[in-house]
Amino acid sequence: MTLARRIIPCLDTDGERVVKGVRFFNLRDAGDPAALAARYNREGADELVVLDIAASRDHRPTFLETIRRVAAELAIPLTAGGGVANIDEGRAILRSGADKLTVNTAALRRPQLLTELAAEFGSQAVVLAIDVKNVGEKWEAYVRGGRESSGRDAVDWAIEGTERGAGEILLTSMDRDGTRSGFDLPLTATIAQRVTVPLIASGGADRPADFLDVFEKGHADAALAASIFHDAVQELHELKCFLHSKGVPVRLSG
Amino acid sequence: MKSDATISLIEYGAGNLPSVERALARQGVETERVGTPDAVAAARVLILPGVGHFGQLMRTLGTRGLLEPIRQAISDGVPLLGICLGLQALFRSSAEAPEDRGLDVIAGTVDSLPITAKLPHMGWNQLRQVRPSALLEGIPANAYFYFAHSYAAVDAGESAIAMCEHGVPFVAALERQNLFAVQFHPEKSGDAGARVLANFVAYAGAGSPG
Repeated sequence: MTLARRIIPCLDTDGERVVKGVRFFNLRDAGDPAALAARYNREGADELVVLDIAASRDHRPTFLETIRRVAAELAIPLTAGGGVANIDEGRAILRSGADKLTVNTAALRRPQLLTELAAEFGSQAVVLAIDVKNVGEKWEAYVRGGRESSGRDAVDWAIEGTERGAGEILLTSMDRDGTRSGFDLPLTATIAQRVTVPLIASGGADRPADFLDVFEKGHADAALAASIFHDAVQELHELKCFLHSKGVPVRLSG
Repeated sequence: MKSDATISLIEYGAGNLPSVERALARQGVETERVGTPDAVAAARVLILPGVGHFGQLMRTLGTRGLLEPIRQAISDGVPLLGICLGLQALFRSSAEAPEDRGLDVIAGTVDSLPITAKLPHMGWNQLRQVRPSALLEGIPANAYFYFAHSYAAVDAGESAIAMCEHGVPFVAALERQNLFAVQFHPEKSGDAGARVLANFVAYAGAGSPG
């Protein structure tokens, strides 16, 4: 009886369509979120993340409708986020069908937000997303979709965020995002070993061996990827069979 | 007119009703939401879904006058399925809110999972079935279910039908006549979860008159 390591496809959307970039920029269209959600649900995804990377207030109703369309396709958990800055916005996302919500920029600006969200919805529903860039000798947490540095040390912020009520960390290496050069193992391992909540590693996934590494060497509880799944470079079930053959506990069927 | 097969979901403001409704709709089961004492008392089949905080749930059920109708339905033989926090609510109390009393229809208390493990216990885990049951009928021994919780009941006496483990063994599913509960989320647990819901629906269909 072991908690399975999770494989989580991520749908970065402009609110309505799935998009994908390299190192957070040069976005291109990658499909309809509900259609991709149905496919991943069928192929054995353990969970799905859908993000509104535009996160403009005008677009919010469109994104909430996208969450509803995606949730309708799923018999697995759904995490959604992008621009959540207060309890009402969090509630709107959960009411639209998400089980958990991610917070990023607004929590860095006002860390108390994490405590408020956890008190309202429970820690299990609050995922702290941290976008990290290697700057000289340290890892810095970036805000506004990777556009500016918060100046905060990512490791310190992960620890503070979980102490304030986040129940999970979604850790994205901006240096690796979309590059298919493997997960950032030192970054992932450092934070996974310093926090007491589950950690989802993101950014750089390419080959099955990258997933094996992020679980064994990065100590991640879950691994997230986007482009390799959207482009059918990697089939989900095959990936899980590979991990199983290497002794990683994964959910193989149903 | 309400069909005998309609399942009534107890609504208390929090909860994850839409995902439970969708999971039941996929099985062709009609649902309604009930939030008043009369509606709970009139229900043929009940589900108490749960996400959130034990104290908040118990206080809300109390304020809305639902505690007694729920207890009465259970003792009258109405099939009831508690999900996640809805399982914890059946116990006497929880370490999450020691000052609030639970429904107290299952002996025992809900404790915090040990901090030696990562918390919340979040993700897919397997069960150890401890005795045959209607609820887990046909579930393969190695099936995975989705959990998301930091508190759990470590003992449910004879009612326990399956245990899980995260730092300590805890009750993953229980069954006592018409009373059923699961710590995991069947509505989020793929095909295995759908089978658990189908088993409950089958029991409830067989157990209701007409």
